[in-house]
Amino acid sequence: MQYNWNWAVLITEPYLGWIASGFGWTVAVSCAAWIIAFFLGSAIGVMRTTEIRALRIAGAVYVETFRNIPLLVQMFLWYFVLPEILPKSAGDWLKRDMPLPEYWTAVVCLGTYTAARVAEQVRAGINTIGRGQHFAALAIGLTPIQAYRNVLLPIGYRIIVPPLTSDFLGVFKNSSLALTIGVLELTAQTRQIGEYTFQGFESFTAATLIYLAVTFTVMAFMRRIETRTAIPGMISLGAK
Amino acid sequence: MTDGFDLGIIVRSVPFLWDGLQLTFLLTAIAVAGGLVGGTLLALCRLSSFAPLSFAAGAYVNFFRSMPLILVIFWFYFLVPLVVGRPVGGFYSVLIAFTMFEAAYYCEIVRAGIQSVRKGQIYAGQALGLTYRQNMLYVVLPQALRNMVPILLTQGIILFQDTSLVYVVGLHDFLVSADIVANRDNRLIEMYATVAAVYFVLCLLGSLGVRKLQRKYAL
Repeated sequence: MQYNWNWAVLITEPYLGWIASGFGWTVAVSCAAWIIAFFLGSAIGVMRTTEIRALRIAGAVYVETFRNIPLLVQMFLWYFVLPEILPKSAGDWLKRDMPLPEYWTAVVCLGTYTAARVAEQVRAGINTIGRGQHFAALAIGLTPIQAYRNVLLPIGYRIIVPPLTSDFLGVFKNSSLALTIGVLELTAQTRQIGEYTFQGFESFTAATLIYLAVTFTVMAFMRRIETRTAIPGMISLGAK
Repeated sequence: MTDGFDLGIIVRSVPFLWDGLQLTFLLTAIAVAGGLVGGTLLALCRLSSFAPLSFAAGAYVNFFRSMPLILVIFWFYFLVPLVVGRPVGGFYSVLIAFTMFEAAYYCEIVRAGIQSVRKGQIYAGQALGLTYRQNMLYVVLPQALRNMVPILLTQGIILFQDTSLVYVVGLHDFLVSADIVANRDNRLIEMYATVAAVYFVLCLLGSLGVRKLQRKYAL
């Protein structure tokens, strides 16, 4: 194996700046996508636990659709197909006038994809609480909305902290797919450094270490949150 | 750019797409088989009472599970030719990447499966005078496998979807084949919609099948 080592390439400009900006985009894509995933996923998860059949079916259709198409294909559908099938004015806006088109497409794609996973966790969390709490909430005169907001969701979220953590880390890792539509996030930048300098080993090592560091930091942080929010007497749903 | 939805282009490219789909199936099959074997060995290491072994297996699993699959593909696409000392083509690099990556995920599934086997079964095996190997092979693993089947298959479906990531190194799998036609004939809508529909139907049938199996085989 012949290879010229040059670790200094990682701290030379412009490459150090590329890594920093790549990391910045990775964080920006993941966090924005996670916000969509969390709120949309919670709404769909709730829909799947209601008494209203139409809502349950709509929720199930959403989850099955977004779970059974590869994320990369979804990325292409959002980026290449959506602007063509929308009415002309909306399509033109997406193609020409929308600021940061690649970034926002990646965010929406990742967000809606992850929402399907979050929905399943939220549904599982609410179902774990059991019907007793639900009926009790209704019996003391709460409206269904109040029952969800004040009883079912607060307890449900506390049960699903571990799986939600792994879903967040999933978004963080999946944000690398944004490179396929041209977002220069961490993986794309380190690959570019590899191609420019022929120091692929060093640049991929940098990316790997950054991904590892973020994963372990988030996991350590969330483990503390998990112990603090744990409900006595209830086992939280293990991460899958 | 579009003048209506052209079904003809889909029909005409079926043979080409079928070749791509076959590569997707092949990649999935080899990666599932390789990942399962590697994952089982890793799980046995992880559950071993010899601390360095279980630590090493744990480190392997956590390492691969913290990395995006695309980065792993890039790593092996770059490393394998360097280690072998000659160009080997994308296929083998990708295959190694998938197998090593999946082994980490299968390890956790197999580990949970082994841990789901009741302790009494293991003691009973030991009491009968079975060696560790015999006990694992004839008592623990068969029961563990039965518990794991649904989740193993679900992971297989995820892997089937994940193989589309070979796009980044340009292997001619299903998605890349469709992509080639799409860009050649400027028929993005038709081709991407076809790809999405085919993946959707296959994965939905797969997961419905898994659910049915789950009800039938639950211990």
